[in-house]
Amino acid sequence: MSAEADGFRQPLRSNPFGTKTTKEQNTNSIHPNVMNTRRDFLKTSVLSGAALAIGIKSYAEATSPKDVTLEAFNAASGNAFEITPFIVIDKSGTVTLYNPRPDMGQGTWQSMPALLAEELEISLDAVKIEPTNGLKKYGSQLSGGSGSVRGSWIPYRTAGAAVRTMLIAAAAQTWSGSGLNVSEADCYAENGKVVHKPSGKRLAYGELIEKAATMPIPKEPKLKDPKDFKILGKPMPRPDIPMKVDGSAQFGIDIKVPGMLYASIERSPAIHGKVTSFDAASAKKIKGVKHVMKSERKLFQMNLEGVAVLADTYWGALQGRKALNIKWDDSAAKDISTNALFKQMRELATTDGAVDDKLNRGNVAQALAGAAKRLDAIYETPFLAHAAMEPLNVIAHIRGDKAEIWVPAQGPDGVIRSVAQYLKIPAENVTVHITFLGGAFGRKAVMDFVLEAVHLSKSVNAPVKLVWTREDDMTQGPFRPGMLSAMKGALDAQGNVVAFEHKIVGASIQHQAFAPLPAGKVDDWMTEGVTAEDSPYGFPNFHFRYVMAETQIPVVWWRSVYGSTNMFGHESFIDELAHAAGKDPLTFRLALLANAPAEHAATARRFEAVLKMLAEKSGWNEKLPVGKGRGIAITRSFATICAHAVTVSRGADGKVKIEKVVGVIDCGMTVNPATVKAQTEGNIVMGLTAALRDGITFKNGRAEQANFDAYRVLRIHEIPAMEIHIMQNGEAPGGVGEPGLPPVAPALTNAVFAATGKRIRTLPFNIDEV
Amino acid sequence: MAKHTLTINTKSYTIDAEPSTPLLWVIRDEVGLTGTKYGCGIAQCGACTVHLNGTPVRSCSVPVSAAVGQKITTIEGLSTDRSHPVQKAWIEEQVPQCGYCQSGQIMSAVALLKDNPNPTDADIDTAMQGNICRCGTYPHIRTAIHKAATMMKSGSN
Repeated sequence: MSAEADGFRQPLRSNPFGTKTTKEQNTNSIHPNVMNTRRDFLKTSVLSGAALAIGIKSYAEATSPKDVTLEAFNAASGNAFEITPFIVIDKSGTVTLYNPRPDMGQGTWQSMPALLAEELEISLDAVKIEPTNGLKKYGSQLSGGSGSVRGSWIPYRTAGAAVRTMLIAAAAQTWSGSGLNVSEADCYAENGKVVHKPSGKRLAYGELIEKAATMPIPKEPKLKDPKDFKILGKPMPRPDIPMKVDGSAQFGIDIKVPGMLYASIERSPAIHGKVTSFDAASAKKIKGVKHVMKSERKLFQMNLEGVAVLADTYWGALQGRKALNIKWDDSAAKDISTNALFKQMRELATTDGAVDDKLNRGNVAQALAGAAKRLDAIYETPFLAHAAMEPLNVIAHIRGDKAEIWVPAQGPDGVIRSVAQYLKIPAENVTVHITFLGGAFGRKAVMDFVLEAVHLSKSVNAPVKLVWTREDDMTQGPFRPGMLSAMKGALDAQGNVVAFEHKIVGASIQHQAFAPLPAGKVDDWMTEGVTAEDSPYGFPNFHFRYVMAETQIPVVWWRSVYGSTNMFGHESFIDELAHAAGKDPLTFRLALLANAPAEHAATARRFEAVLKMLAEKSGWNEKLPVGKGRGIAITRSFATICAHAVTVSRGADGKVKIEKVVGVIDCGMTVNPATVKAQTEGNIVMGLTAALRDGITFKNGRAEQANFDAYRVLRIHEIPAMEIHIMQNGEAPGGVGEPGLPPVAPALTNAVFAATGKRIRTLPFNIDEV
Repeated sequence: MAKHTLTINTKSYTIDAEPSTPLLWVIRDEVGLTGTKYGCGIAQCGACTVHLNGTPVRSCSVPVSAAVGQKITTIEGLSTDRSHPVQKAWIEEQVPQCGYCQSGQIMSAVALLKDNPNPTDADIDTAMQGNICRCGTYPHIRTAIHKAATMMKSGSN
């Protein structure tokens, strides 16, 4: 039930490790490995309903009785005509562009409309932006897998170009009807108007829209040449920012609906604990408390228990919760401990594990045996909480067989699927309103919290606003899994790498959440960052292995998913090999890239260009004084390459301090380079926090960190100087929201080694004690 | 329960609440000014920062009874048109990402600049370290504060 209830992943569950064949699998997936390459991604979009969005079928679909909301909109406005569901122009000239990808800070409120506006030839200052509501005609509406821009680059531009083409055709016909002989070829669109070049006549879009809607929808409208872009690729202001400086931006937690009750849920301190008894009478004595009831939380395959207090104020609900005096049976949970799990993982690291067929060339064992020098190392990364600043919250209002949801979630379509499946009602009966998200980092693509509120609202027959406390948010998961990388490597007498093995030990998100991993198989998400294209180093003998360590601690994707854990070991060990070979770590990488597998030579050339830019911008070749060191790491994830150079030095107080991080990112063509820089800086701050501050540890079944006092995050006085450079090229867009994170930790620890000779292999680490 | 009369952004509100109710929830749920955010409830993150008589406080940890008779300023009270120099600098510098912590960041920055119109980086570190930003907008916050200081000095606000 729970995986079905998780609408985002449900299609994956039906075929989790098989070939990706179904269109819905691709449409609904959050995870980039399901849409592995850019080409897949774009093809997917075309197949999956985003094609509808480009205006080919959408106009017909707009008149379908199923699209109730759209019909209602058209009927109510009386003068609006829709050509594609992403662009609505009314007769007064008001242009509304729909953003299908929820904005959690990554800038889709600007980037998605920008793709439409560029081809539509209109300024973003002159449009209204609205979120989509999950209807199928909008295609996938998930913010995840760093996929918004790369999945929309062609389809949404095509939608804009189609509308532009039709407006031009309408203008030409209008002018021709009034006696002029006007050819479409003599017309162009500019700033919300169609211009007839020979006569200088102009018609505003609003005046044309009625006729434009009757024009044939072009099958392949001509897209602009990137050299003519007015918006894309330029640092542009974000239209959501003014709302975020005066408190007017509406986050989920800010929504109120008439008659709603506030809910807070006490959950078992030891995860998986069962409710034995609770004191409803005492809780009900608190002023404003209306209901006390057992709650249910369906998280993937898990059914987790709690007790909910519903009151007419949130503070009342919290006070009622304190009076519950719940007795828990945590016998099933009391042995859960991260110490025990990591001990088990270290033992599992000595077993062979499963080999990935695609990442298996030559014979590592043989090469190790005959090598001049052999290295072995174990790296460990902790469990982490997402800890978005806005705790999980949602309003659910269930009325009979209808549901209405207000929620800061990463995709309205996933909310609809989850709620419909949970209540066993048709998807058309679920209405969803997506707000701004106060951060998410993957957590708000999991719908357990939405279904909690749905259950409560259905039970008490009133709208219910459920707000998790920070403690709930931090202790209840799901978490980034704690992982281990066991590395083996060997050098020949000249210091060339002859063997490289990366063995990952840890929890499989797919196995725990969606479907059992067949024995002897590598979880295909596990190869993130390590695939032949993500890591195109030309190792003559190379194995990738995976050993699953099952855990009852709930796990899920966390910003950059396995890239954030895999790359620590991977890029640290490259550095160890370079030092063992007595070679410069950057030159050492260039030499490995020169021997990249032929099919990934183009990617290897991009890696080299990034490294050369990084060397130039970070001053890599300058000689550093004693006590100062610089480290680099380079990774590819979500079809984007990113490298960082971190400089650290030992200060007069004896403590090692991070002076500066220089980042170079190759994400192909950009929508908004200002956003690319901001996201990359954000990834550096989050990556440094993950490396230097607290992990989530479990003891006796309980998370030991519950709030920002124990799960510390970097603050303004703790961050180094940062400098981000974007490679300028005409490559197809890659992801931006996550690729800046994986190289942070290894670049940092490589720098610490360069400065101090101390090799950090376990995260987090205390830099003050190095 | 008791009645509390609060002055928020120059308006007066009479609220019925338990005296121990945190000011945060009164401002958000009773008064309906939702720009002030809940982030941690234990004065660790700064998302709920408001001014009491011009001094920044964490409203999650101030009982409503302690705010009676004082001048409370929230993000909504800075200006009616985003014209406060700190707001202008925040827009110019494009500080926010998700934006959730930014009301608190701005309230801390406004209080800093009122006391210290020409803050150094070290002053900014001291004044702003109670405000967490999980998106990592810190470098832009720093630049925006310097920018706002310049605007305030030149009177270009």
